[in-house]
Parts: sequence; C-alpha cells; structure tokens
Amino acid sequence: MPKTDSLQGSLDLLVLKILSRRPGLHGYAIMTAIQEISSDVLRAEEGSLYPALHRMEEAGCIRAKWVTKENGRRARIYELTARGEQQLASEEERWHAVTAAVNRVLRMA
Amino acid sequence: MSLWIRLFNVFRNERLSREISEELESHLSEAEERGRDPEEARRAFGSRLRIAEQSFDMRVLPRLDSLRADTIFGWRQLRKHKVASAAAILSLGLAMGASISTFRLIDALLLRPMPVANPERLYAMFTLGYDPGGHFRLGESNEYPQFQLMRAAVKQDAELIAASWGERIELTYGSDQEIEKAHRQFVSGWMFESFGLKPALGRLFTESDDEKPHAHPYAVLSYDYWTRRFGQDPKVLGRSFHMDNDLYQIVGVAPQGFTGTEPGTMTDIFLPTMMYAGVTHDDWGWIRTFVYMRPDGSVTAVRDRLQAVFHAVQSERAKGFVGFPKTRLEKFLSQRILVLPASGGLSYIRQEYSQPLKVLAILVGLVLLIACVNVASLLTGQGAARAREMALRVSIGAGRGRLTQLVLVESTVLAALASSVGALFAWWSAPYVVGHINPADDPARLALPADWRIVGFSLALTIGVAFLFGVFPALRASATQPVSALKGGDDPSARRRLMQGLIAAQVGFCCVVLFVAGLLTKSFDRMTNQPTGFSSERLLALDVEARPSQPPIFWNQVLEHLREPPGVERVAIAGWPLLSGFGSNGFVSVNGSPASDRLAYFLNVSPGWLETMKIPLVDGRDFRPDDVYPGGAIVNEAFAKEYFDGANPVGREFERGKMRLQIVGLVHNARYRNMREPITPTAYIPFRSGSNEPVYNATLVVRTISENPLSLADMLRREVPRARTEFRVSNIRTQAEINESQSIRERLLANLALFFAGVALLLAGMGLYGVLDYSVLQRRREIAIRIAVGASAGRIAKTVMSRTSAMVACGAAFGAGFGLLAARYVSTLLYEVKPNDPTVLVRSLFAMIVISSIASIVPVTRAVTIEPLAVLKVE
Repeated sequence: MPKTDSLQGSLDLLVLKILSRRPGLHGYAIMTAIQEISSDVLRAEEGSLYPALHRMEEAGCIRAKWVTKENGRRARIYELTARGEQQLASEEERWHAVTAAVNRVLRMA
Repeated sequence: MSLWIRLFNVFRNERLSREISEELESHLSEAEERGRDPEEARRAFGSRLRIAEQSFDMRVLPRLDSLRADTIFGWRQLRKHKVASAAAILSLGLAMGASISTFRLIDALLLRPMPVANPERLYAMFTLGYDPGGHFRLGESNEYPQFQLMRAAVKQDAELIAASWGERIELTYGSDQEIEKAHRQFVSGWMFESFGLKPALGRLFTESDDEKPHAHPYAVLSYDYWTRRFGQDPKVLGRSFHMDNDLYQIVGVAPQGFTGTEPGTMTDIFLPTMMYAGVTHDDWGWIRTFVYMRPDGSVTAVRDRLQAVFHAVQSERAKGFVGFPKTRLEKFLSQRILVLPASGGLSYIRQEYSQPLKVLAILVGLVLLIACVNVASLLTGQGAARAREMALRVSIGAGRGRLTQLVLVESTVLAALASSVGALFAWWSAPYVVGHINPADDPARLALPADWRIVGFSLALTIGVAFLFGVFPALRASATQPVSALKGGDDPSARRRLMQGLIAAQVGFCCVVLFVAGLLTKSFDRMTNQPTGFSSERLLALDVEARPSQPPIFWNQVLEHLREPPGVERVAIAGWPLLSGFGSNGFVSVNGSPASDRLAYFLNVSPGWLETMKIPLVDGRDFRPDDVYPGGAIVNEAFAKEYFDGANPVGREFERGKMRLQIVGLVHNARYRNMREPITPTAYIPFRSGSNEPVYNATLVVRTISENPLSLADMLRREVPRARTEFRVSNIRTQAEINESQSIRERLLANLALFFAGVALLLAGMGLYGVLDYSVLQRRREIAIRIAVGASAGRIAKTVMSRTSAMVACGAAFGAGFGLLAARYVSTLLYEVKPNDPTVLVRSLFAMIVISSIASIVPVTRAVTIEPLAVLKVE
C-alpha cells in the first residue's frame, strides 16, 4: 500500500466511514467532512485524497458518478459498494483491535 | 469493477485523463466557492500533474502491468523449454496455417459473393432430370434461342443473363507468329449494367452491343488482365486483336475485383454473346443462365414461367429424335427447372471441389485438435513442475482469477506465435493448392484476398485455440491447493490421468485422419493404376488447327509429312485424344430397332491409329486409306457385348441415327472419355468422310522413338505448317499428361490427405512420447524400488506402458469407429474403394501401433535403465 496519506494508513477507513454515513459526496466535501467532524484535528492532505479515492474505486470498494451541480459545474460524487461495506467493517474492526492494543501498551508500560 | 470496464479503461486513456483533471479542477473551484484564497488552495493541493498521474496509474496500471508481466513471464516459460516450445509452436502453427489456408479456399470458392450489386438477388437456372444419355443430373447449360424465349417470358420479375463457360483460347495482337492465350467469356451485353458494375476505363457493354449475331466485335478486358498484360496502359482502348478469324476492338476495362462468373477461372476478355456462333443454334448448350431478380420479383413465378418455356421447347425437340428408346424419351421430357441462389457464381471447379474441400476442412480440423491436445498435455506436464510455483503464488495472495489469467496469457502467447507461423504457411499454401487444381499449363486462378474475413477467422482461431489448450491447465492451476502442493504434490496421478485421457483423444483423431487419408490414397491408386487398354509410352498428342478448315485429304498430307522426321515412329489422326474428356455419342440401332438404351461413343480415326495407340485387333481389319464415313466401323468388345450379346460382330451392320455402318474390325477395350466411368461401348469410324467435308481441328498422335517424347515437340510444331501453311499446332501434350489430368482432383486430395496423415502421426507420436516421458519421470522412485527388489526389465516396461497402451487401444477403437462413420461421408469421392475397406482400416491401425511403439522406445529404455541406488539416494 503506497504511503501517500498523512493519516498513517487510516485515510481509507475515514473515507469509507464518511461515505457510509453520507453517500454522494464529492472529493472536496469528503475532505471538509473529515476536517469538521474531527474538529480540525485530522486533515487529509488535499493532494493525496484523489489517488486514494481512485485506488479504492479500482478495488471496487466505492463507485463514482458524474453529477451537475446547481451552478452548472460537474462534480464526481462517490458512494460505497457492497464490497466497500465489508471492507469498512473489517477495517473498523482492525482499527479497534490496534487502538485497543496500543491503549493497553500505554496503560501497562 | 468488472474485468470489462478495466479492459475498457486501458483503451480509453485519453478520456480517463480528461476526467481526472476535470475532477481535480472541480476540487479547486469548490475551494474557491467556499471563500478560500485560490493561491492558497492551489498550494495546499500540490502539483495537479503529479496527482493526476498518480490517479491515472492507480486506475490503469495494475491491469496493464499484470498483463505485461504475465506476457513476459509466459515468454520466459516458453524459452525455458526451448525444444518443447518450438515443437509445440511449429506443430500448432502448421495446423493453424492449414486451417486458415483451407478457410481461404472455402471462402474464395464457396462462400464469397461476387462483387456485384445485391448479390443476394442473383440466382441461376438449372435443369434436374435425365439427360439424353440417361444420366440423372443437375444440368446448367442452356441453348441461346431458348434463353431468348425465357428472357422475354420472365421480364417482369427478373433479368436473365447469359454467360458462356470460360474458355482458354488463342489470340494475337499482332501477326500470327505472336499467338498468346487468354481466358474469354461471352456474356450478355446487359450483364454489366444489371450487376451495377462501372468501368475502370472506357466503357462496358450495353444491351445494344448484343443484338445481332456476329455484329458486335467489341471486347472488355478484366482489370486483372489489363494489369498483367498491359501494365494498366490507358492507351489499350481502341487496340484490336484477332481471335477465331475475327478482329475485335477493345472498348473498356471492367472494374477491379470482377473476374467473371466462374470462381476458379479468371476471365481475361469479355465478349458479347452475339459474337459466338452458338447464338443461332438451338442444339448447342453453351451458356449458363443467371437469374437476377428484380427487388419485388417472385422466384416461384420465374421458375414456373421458365418451366413452361422449357417444356414447350423440349417437346418440340423430342419430335426430331430418331432411334430414341421410348422410356428414355419420357424421362427426357420429365426434366424440371430449378432456380437456385448463385450469389457466388457458378463453375465446374466450384462443383467439383466443394466436397473435397469440406473433407479437407474436417481432416485439417482434426489435425488442429491433435496439435491442441499436444500443447495441452505439454502445458499440463510443465504445470506439474510448476505446481509449487502456483502454490506459492496462491499463498502470497494471488487470486484464482489471477492464476487463470497467468496461464491463459501464457497460452495466448504460444497461440499468437503459432498463428504467425500459421499465417506464413497459409500465405504460401493456399495459392499453391489452387495452382494444382488444373493441368499445369492452365492452372486454376482464384482471387484469394487477405481481407477482414480472413483476418477475422485467423484471430478467432487464435483465441479459440488458446482457450482450447489453455483452459485445462488454467483450471488446474487455479484449483491449486497450496498446502498439499507445498508438501510435495497433491495427487500426481490425477494429472497423469488427464494426460492419458488426452492421449486417447489424440490417438482417436489420428486414426480417423489416417483412415480417411488411406481411403483417398487407395482410391487414387486404383484410378491411376487401372489399365487404359492402350499404351501411353512415348506418345505425343498434337492438337492441330486448320485456318480455314481443310478437307481430310490435306490433313493426310500433314500426316504423311510428319512420318519423315527422325525420331518419329508412327503417326495417326484422331478427332481428339483418348481420355481428354471429349466424347461424341449416340444411340445405336441394329436392324432398325434400338439395340439398347445405353449410348455408344464414336471417334474418328485414320488408318494406323490402332497400331499407333497399340490397341490390339481381335478380329477383322484396320481401316484402309479408301475407307470413308459412313461405311466401315471398328468396334470394341464392350460394343459387341452391349449390342450383339457378345457375339463376334465383324461383318454385321448397325445404324447410328440415319447412318448405316458395317463392322470391319473388333478391338480390345480401351478407355475413351475418362478414368471414372465404366468402359463405354465404342465405335471407331474413318476420319475421312465421303463428302470430303473440311475439318477445323483434330489431333495428331505421334509415337516417338525417344524415351522423352517432348524432346520432339518443338520440331513437330515447326514441321506442321511446313507441310501445309494453313495448319498449325495449337497445343502439344504427352498422352501420359492427359491421363494424369484425369485424376488431378484425386491426386491433390490424396496428397493433401497423406500430408495431414503424416502430420497427425508425428504429432500423436510426440504427444505419446511426452506423456510416457512424464510418467517415467514421476514414477522413478517406484520404478527404482521395483528394480531394487528384482523386477525384470520386461515387468518394468509393462508397468510403464500398461495404462498408456490401454489408452492408445481405447483411442484407436474410437478412432476406427468414427473413421467408419466419417468414411461414409467421403464415399462419393472414392473410386472402386468401399468406405469400410478393411485393409485400409487395418493399415491405419498398424501405422498407429508402429508410431506408438517408436514413441515409447526412449521413455521405456530410460525406465528400464534406472539406477535404483542413484535414484533412491537422491530422494
């Protein structure tokens, strides 16, 4: 997996999670959503978001379509696929396992 | 994302790049809309070009990359086993080339429509029924006066177009010394217009070029002839040439691609039908009748009107028949008219070769299957060695689909290489086969364009073949169980069983090919080795023409003149050579009543002809110089048997039509028209007629002293006009060549079938060797142990061979069964050979056994000479 995101491998997880709650967001909206929900703590590097989206699209986790916004511009919006939901579930599980382990280490050490 | 979308992505790079940049652009404008400083947004975003590239790679490269990697890997695999791969590619290439080549021939001769407007509206008229000779047949010929009646009768629904048989004739653009040959066809003047053809140069004929007999001496050249003979010189318009004592003027060139209406013969020169003497004769069948339907015309209505005209004309004609048996007459009048689709044109070659080509296609298909099986077992064998590699790939996360792709890409690489070998082979072999269809001095010519039909077929074949031999190994690869494979192999004998099953199939196909090839070869053998009843040794046939026609007495002077030169043993004259396919026939009456409803054949010969041909006299005498026709006749034994119940007919009389003839001699049977039909009752009659009527052409037969009769050809060609200037030689052939041209089709078919039988045997042998070798390799531990505990060499050989020989036997049994079934299909191509000929069957099985034994010598020797200690130590 290429290291293009500053979120230490969790960018995929965040994108999947956000799209599962709010399907039909475009790239910019996904980025602001990550920022807003995490109260500006997490910030997806703008440039690395798109390759990640395209990679996940290629892997069949999300699918995209073009829509025309009210101002006439076209935007590419994304939503989760069935495989994406599975992926989200397993990533989430893995995340919890890892953070729990990290927490345990922090407490015990 | 499905495989298709990804593949699609590979091909829509540009659109993909555009979409990516549009998306990135929309990101920035979104930022701007939300009130961010554009400069800051751009900086935060980073290099758009780099992001776009990354995205592009994300979406396209994985697929392309894996294909590329698999291709390279496949190529390396092939190179790793150089000899095996080369053998596989060559054998497969040969089989594929043969398939493509056969398809080219079938397409060009049978499938491809003529390049005319709406070829689907083109039909042709046939007669179905008994000809005057009592043969049931599908007739194509028509007489011109009848054609004119028919054309008028169907005018509303269709246009009738007459086209003569293509004919190779002599013409000259200069003096008589510069005679050359070309193919001509007489066609209706309105043909070009009806077919929607436009001239490449000058003009084409119209209806007004075809109105009065002998009044339109104009010629249209074919594009091909214009190119070959005149280098596309536009000044050819207005040039003239002599042909048949007429002077023709060239008025135009037909469009490229249109080569007449006979696939297999390319017309060089088109002439209006009115220029042929036959237009005024109601008993010369010399044209084919094409029916070009009008868009709203009804084929049934056309047929019915043609039938009405035909029946009226035939009834009228039958009134003139003399000495015609009554039953024969009824049959003659019951002939029916058929109107059948003819979008591809009509020709003798097309008729004669459509079934042989289909048989050939089946043989080639079987050889292709054998080659595929060979490659499949080769790959399966290699697959065994690669089981660990596959298992490793699975355990580091390669999906089943990925493995299938890997193996299929490998087989596609192999198939693609083989198809390039095949394309080369097809490029050479199709014209080669066409070139052998007719006698060497006038080979068939068939347009064999390499267009999308051929390319499409080849591509489909390549892909089909790749799947055919790739799919087994691919499925096996994708079903790899990593645990068992890494532990030292799953069930190794499963793979062996698969290979043995393939061997059975291969042997079966091979037996079918051998059997059919054996039948065709035996048939050809029978045909060429049967006695002709005369001697062809050192015999030349000179076709001689007189311009203008000359009375027999001058022909005799030429004959006398040719006796003198050294090297000539004997000379005689006949109407035409024996076995040239020509024949003149008629019914024979004895004492005024029909003697039999079998036709007798007649041939005009000079005194001394019997001796020159070495046809022995049984009783009576040869002709004398004062014998004229009608008068004496010499008959063969078949004639005596048919009309005189086998009694010696010398001295008896018979009638041919109104002529009364007296039999002066009885000779042994000799073949007359061709090799195929039974010996015909034949009567030889004097060359000289009582009325001394001039003769236009005849054949001088010359028995030479020299072993190579053709060494006299040039001298004889010069001597003929020296005897009398009106005479010249139009063609010189040896009698042996004439005999051979009788069985060209059989020879071609037998040679091709033998060739494919050889290839099939070789491939089957290779396949068998591969399987045995593999099984010895795999069982060497077991064999070593057996040897160590004292098994004899014979026992070891038996162990190695038993399963495989059972498979060979099984395949052979199936092959023999299928062969017998398939042979029925070729029975019409056989001459005096039954489709279930047991000796041929036994011989093909024997060949199979021999090749199997040869293939097993090396592996079995290897098994027997295994050093138990060495093997067991290593393990």
